[in-house]
Amino acid sequence: MNISVKEWYKSGSPWVWLNAGAVAISLIMVIGLLGLIAVRGLSHFWPADIVQGTYTVDGQSKTIAGEIVETNEVLTKQLIEAGIKIPDDTEFSTRHLLKVGNRDVYGSDFSWALEQFFTDQSRPTMLFTAERREWGNLYGYLRSLKEDGKEIGHVESNDESAEYLALWAELDKRVERALDIREDILEIEKHEIGAINYELERLRLKERGLQLDNVTDQAPYVAINQRRKELDQAYEGMQQRLLDLYTQINRDSLTAEVAGGKVVDLQIAKIVRIFRPNAMNTGQKMLHYAAKLWEFVSDEPREANTEGGIFPAIFGTVMMVLLMSLLVTPFGVVAAVYLREYAKQGFVTRLIRIAVNNLAGVPSIVYGVFGLGFFVYFLGGNIDDLFFAAAKPAPTFGTPGLMWASLTLALLTVPVVIVATEEGLSRIPRALREGSLALGATKFETLMKVVLPMASPAMMTGVILAIARAAGEVAPLMLVGVVKLAPSLPLDGNYPFIHLDQKFMHLGFHIYDVGFQSPNVEAARPLVYATALLLVLVIALLNMSAIAIRNHLREKYKALEM
Amino acid sequence: MSIENSSVIPDLDFNTPAQRRGRKLRALKDKVARVGIGLGGVSVIIAILLIFFYLLYEVIPMFRSAEVQPWEQNGQIVEPYAVPGAGKTLYMAMEEQAEIGIRVTDQGNIIFFSTTSGEVIKSIQASLPVGATITSFAMVSENSRMFALGLSNGQALVFKHTYKSTYPDGKRVILPNIAYPLGEAPIDVASTALEQLTISGSEGSYALIGGNQENLQAIFISQTENMFTGDVELEESTTHLPDLGIKIKKMLLMPDLAWLFVAGESGKMAVVNLRNQDAPIITQVLQASSSKITTFDLLLGGNAVLLGNAEGEVSEWFLVRDDQGEWQMTKIRSFDTGQTAISDLAIEHRRKGFATIDAAGELRLYNTTANVNVLAEKVAQANASMITLAPRANAALIEEAGKLTLLHIDNEHPEVSWSSLWGKVWYEGYEEPKYVWQSSAANNDFEPKFSLMPLAFGTLKAAFYAMILATPLAICGAIYTAYFMVPTLRRKVKPFIELMEALPTVILGFLAGLWLAPFMEENLPGIFVTLLMIPVAILAFAYAWAQMPKKVRWLVPDGWDALLLIPVIMLATWFSISISPSMELALFDGNMRHWLTNDLGIAYDQRNAMVIGIAMGFAIIPTIFSITEDAIFAVPKHLSYGSLALGATPWQTLTRVVIPTASPGIFSAVMIGMGRAVGETMIVLMATGNTPIMDANIFEGMRTLAANIAVEMPESEVGSTHYRILFLAAFVLFMFTFAVNTVAEVIRQRLRNKYGSL
Repeated sequence: MNISVKEWYKSGSPWVWLNAGAVAISLIMVIGLLGLIAVRGLSHFWPADIVQGTYTVDGQSKTIAGEIVETNEVLTKQLIEAGIKIPDDTEFSTRHLLKVGNRDVYGSDFSWALEQFFTDQSRPTMLFTAERREWGNLYGYLRSLKEDGKEIGHVESNDESAEYLALWAELDKRVERALDIREDILEIEKHEIGAINYELERLRLKERGLQLDNVTDQAPYVAINQRRKELDQAYEGMQQRLLDLYTQINRDSLTAEVAGGKVVDLQIAKIVRIFRPNAMNTGQKMLHYAAKLWEFVSDEPREANTEGGIFPAIFGTVMMVLLMSLLVTPFGVVAAVYLREYAKQGFVTRLIRIAVNNLAGVPSIVYGVFGLGFFVYFLGGNIDDLFFAAAKPAPTFGTPGLMWASLTLALLTVPVVIVATEEGLSRIPRALREGSLALGATKFETLMKVVLPMASPAMMTGVILAIARAAGEVAPLMLVGVVKLAPSLPLDGNYPFIHLDQKFMHLGFHIYDVGFQSPNVEAARPLVYATALLLVLVIALLNMSAIAIRNHLREKYKALEM
Repeated sequence: MSIENSSVIPDLDFNTPAQRRGRKLRALKDKVARVGIGLGGVSVIIAILLIFFYLLYEVIPMFRSAEVQPWEQNGQIVEPYAVPGAGKTLYMAMEEQAEIGIRVTDQGNIIFFSTTSGEVIKSIQASLPVGATITSFAMVSENSRMFALGLSNGQALVFKHTYKSTYPDGKRVILPNIAYPLGEAPIDVASTALEQLTISGSEGSYALIGGNQENLQAIFISQTENMFTGDVELEESTTHLPDLGIKIKKMLLMPDLAWLFVAGESGKMAVVNLRNQDAPIITQVLQASSSKITTFDLLLGGNAVLLGNAEGEVSEWFLVRDDQGEWQMTKIRSFDTGQTAISDLAIEHRRKGFATIDAAGELRLYNTTANVNVLAEKVAQANASMITLAPRANAALIEEAGKLTLLHIDNEHPEVSWSSLWGKVWYEGYEEPKYVWQSSAANNDFEPKFSLMPLAFGTLKAAFYAMILATPLAICGAIYTAYFMVPTLRRKVKPFIELMEALPTVILGFLAGLWLAPFMEENLPGIFVTLLMIPVAILAFAYAWAQMPKKVRWLVPDGWDALLLIPVIMLATWFSISISPSMELALFDGNMRHWLTNDLGIAYDQRNAMVIGIAMGFAIIPTIFSITEDAIFAVPKHLSYGSLALGATPWQTLTRVVIPTASPGIFSAVMIGMGRAVGETMIVLMATGNTPIMDANIFEGMRTLAANIAVEMPESEVGSTHYRILFLAAFVLFMFTFAVNTVAEVIRQRLRNKYGSL
């Protein structure tokens, strides 16, 4: 059936199609965005093959090796304009971004390589990747293994040989040993010495407090000094143990030849992980992938947050959100109950309702400004004057911290809870309330036994939506307590265990900080994608559970709604 | 159950003491809950409203005018006291704490005295060469505390007053002293008596210019410290100044020693260029004032001249480069003053401000940048002759008829006025009045530029570009979803798009800044082609679809068209992007960015308004979509059925019946979307260069109010003007979004009522 353009236009159908296009575009944008984050974030942990080849520019050849991170087509003309001598017989040239690592040798981690200059590409199985604690990855061939500076094994060839493999096995063992020792060191440094330092600081504050109170009795001072001496002694002992461990861990080293022929030394203590990606089969790669993924969510960041894990950020986010929900739930529900059940319904209530509703739309940065001015400087400053005079001039609560961040976000999200709860309350039929009251229940009993249980789905939805919003909010947190690297978690084994005055790390801020403030953005980018993916997952999960809980509870109370 | 049994039902007593107690308890519980919930609810609501009042509380002090009171010491008002020491005052100043004053007399007496009692703490007699008397006085600047005495023998003595705080017995004691930064020996300036003298310069390089009407000489002194011995060596050079042609009243030398300004009789001013120290040139002689010049001083930083005349007018002048690149002394602004002649003018030490005292004894405080008179109060009798301000600008010392009065000044935020926040201001060193935001700099005598205009402009620019993308997409999408889409699909699509709303903006900002911005820069032609291609592709496909045989078309029921379009749009996008490099080669000589910048003269930043438009548009699509969709879906079905039954096409029904009915809802959706775009912080922070420029160019960035707060708040000093202005920015954002949302909400409620009646 043929239809003329004019007729088709008159039917209005092109407009309908354009509208359909808008929906399609929106959908593509959402899916594309999620897909982009997922692909980039997840591929980061896969052990990429190392490509080795000869790179010839201006007649000079050198061997390069690295992971291919990105490949694109560029206009040959642009390359020529940039001063690269390249024949202009083709319009486009293929270009790879290679992660060549060895920052200490080459100066940077990344290097562009043009496909047509990059010949003899191979994936040698003996080439290894070493993730180091500093200077990023090292790519190279094992040359020798040393113990206390004495060579205990040596290979010359880059080819697969029994000799090489034997040395590799030995290396593996020693890396394992060094990692074990490092764990002991961390245990001492972080926990035991940390606890001593913490107690010493508390003693100092106690002493200062006594001085401020003009206590002249010498007994408490003597007790403090006594305890201090004991702690100092314990500290000395730990220092000795640490010294021993450090000599042990620094026993082994290796030498490796990197692409270009240079032989470099590497302390085995500096290695986080060492593997030969080209020799791995899919199963091994998957294991490796899982291990890296686990490291990502459970470990602490390294190298100015560009490597390692994001555990402190996850922990900080969860802590902050939990504290916030502890604050926001009761207050939000009470306010909603008051507005809907107790307050006189009139002009003022309506006005307040509109105001509360609109506060949900006020920019979050405004809450941040308020939190900084009111909570941190005003409230915090006064709390310090009253209770923490001993620690002055160093502020305790008069500086951004976990508590103020939680409070600020609670204030930011309380309208969400109020609006959702009120909506739930307004849906409950009057007859139910009246029935309960007619049977002799007081208003409070009606509320607790009839109204609130029925409104609980709405309440839950409100709280979960509040949590989802809080988890993704960054702007106000930048003012009231988030830092790029917190020295310790806000929850630990030192009394009072939860440190509300501490600054903390946050997933959202981590993305901003690593993506925009870090010195080596290129190297950190995959990690940022991975962090973003995690944040998206957490928030999508929260939102979907809000929907699921709401539906579940709605089913449960469906019978009542008749 | 039998009847017999029922007859022996025991009497139920509902009034046993236990039950009464229980009831009482329940009533009590109910009361407690009522009070508790009431208190809790009200306090939460108050806490929320506190935001408004707290922001206001931080903002209001900025707009309070200054206050002046007699100084109070230990609860006692400090009464005027006799001027310590004899002679005429040449110079008066105070130290940091305003506890000690210094007075230099025409006899060469340097007297340090307590500002509260007039008691002399220390008195030093300058060692004048034999037979010489003091003929002139000059000061480097208020905050340098350096001054020079010109002598009748052509020599000059240079002093600096210094203060040292010590804490014997835990009490602060300030010890004043005199230092000789250019050596204790008199400096030969001219061969004749120094009837006129000026001194200026900074660390290591000074100049003195002095002499009389006929013979004016300049001496340039540079100090170099010997690296090995630590001795200071002086290097001097002298030069003669040409005849100025006006009768010299006062001279001022700029701290960079390049320009000399001379006030003459009958309101004339001469400008001398000293850049070439051997051959000074008179560049300008102009009529600066219609009456006699009474005061002539350099403002903090030494770049601007303040000129007061007998008619009581004070004006600010500085050098401005004209079209030919020549520096011209230009009158920038004049200050609102009384009609009485100014007797003395004191410069603030740390801000671009000054104080005047006039012949009627009226004290006035001004700020030059803001062009405001923050105070005008009569504090002295008619014959006040001298005024000086403390370094912190919290005290003023006024000399009148042999008596000194110490006043307390409360003037925290003179930099703020309507014109300095929202108007064009002619800043020092600028060629014309401009809107500039530049809140801090490394040096002390920096002029803070607090114009909120570039930030407000940036905010609206970002919101505008975001709205351009988001409004059509969201509204069209919502129309389709609510009106044409099959319910099964609608139930899936709507929550999915709404889920976007929960997506943290930090992620959008990160993607926009690190992925989209470079991508767009590389594929600029492709992006524009995509914008064109997508609608064309949709229409082409739609037309082709209409030509298909029914058999094919019926495979896809009505309302599923959107899904059909997904591959079409993806294909169109892919095609546009993939032809981008070829297009760039064919049309723009291989580089569109260069072409834009070089051929069209349009500046291009990688992180620009277009990136923001897409990223922030993405963020507000779900907001607008969701509300619009609700509004359209809520239009009663019988309206559209009626229209369809009368023979209208679905599109006609939509445009003539449904959309007009839902339009208030759509409007409120757009408003709420705009509110969100205006307040969005992270996306703008990450995906623009954050430069506060005023340019609507789509290829340049901006700085918004919200991003500005995020950037500058952590480092602003609590209670400072900058801090309060950031609060003001937050308050403006708050009020704007609150107002917009309220309007939207009210419209929505009215709409709801309207539907209710239909």
